[in-house]
Amino acid sequence: MQVPAPLDAMVQAIRRDADVISARQMGRALAEDLGFSRPDQALVATAISELARNIVVYADHGEIELTALQQGDRQGIRIIARDHGPGIADLERALCDGFSTGNSLGLGLPGTRRIMDEFDIRSPPGGGVTIIAVKWHLR
Amino acid sequence: MTVTVPILRQGSALIASIQEDLCDSDILNLQSRILEDVIRYRANAVIIDVSAIGILDSFGTKTLIEIAHSVKLRGAKMIIVGIQPDVAISMVLLGLTLKDIPTALDLDHGLALIGET
Repeated sequence: MQVPAPLDAMVQAIRRDADVISARQMGRALAEDLGFSRPDQALVATAISELARNIVVYADHGEIELTALQQGDRQGIRIIARDHGPGIADLERALCDGFSTGNSLGLGLPGTRRIMDEFDIRSPPGGGVTIIAVKWHLR
Repeated sequence: MTVTVPILRQGSALIASIQEDLCDSDILNLQSRILEDVIRYRANAVIIDVSAIGILDSFGTKTLIEIAHSVKLRGAKMIIVGIQPDVAISMVLLGLTLKDIPTALDLDHGLALIGET
């Protein structure tokens, strides 16, 4: 079932490392608009940076979609990182601190899960990775 | 769009002040230029000023650690100065540490640490 994207969703195509910067700047601006504290703005930007870099490094290309959320008296930012790369063979290990199949510290995914309030990762057989992460703040 | 970070010389120290958010290739470029300059100028200290940047993620942190270790192998010392409070919080929560790399509040404190004031 195709779920229609909300009107205020912003999408940044991720193909090269300059796109990583564009995506995280977009995220920081959205977080600022929504009244997130400065540390939380930095957390949102950092999470986007990690997810977008994974796309460039492991999947060649994909996209980052950002959506402002409203639920009762709290506002949030939903980050969707989507790619059609080879996928992640072992999700459990990929979420362990220090595990990396690339040449990295292995903190990107587990760290992002720590700094966000909600985190969901899917890598179905056949390839592609979709990560949905949400950060909330009280108005 | 390539950002080239200026590397200044002060006495026998090199100072690289990062003025804006860098993409990964800019950081790698800075890494090789710092190592070249350490050798070229026989520098005994390197200060990297990150006070203008609003994010230091896992790649940036890893590269800073690599630069510091390479600089150390050349017999010089590296200090990172000016990590903003928000950036520090994000790094801690993400699980990033700078291991044994000395840090200082700002450029003045960094210069004092290496005896260049």
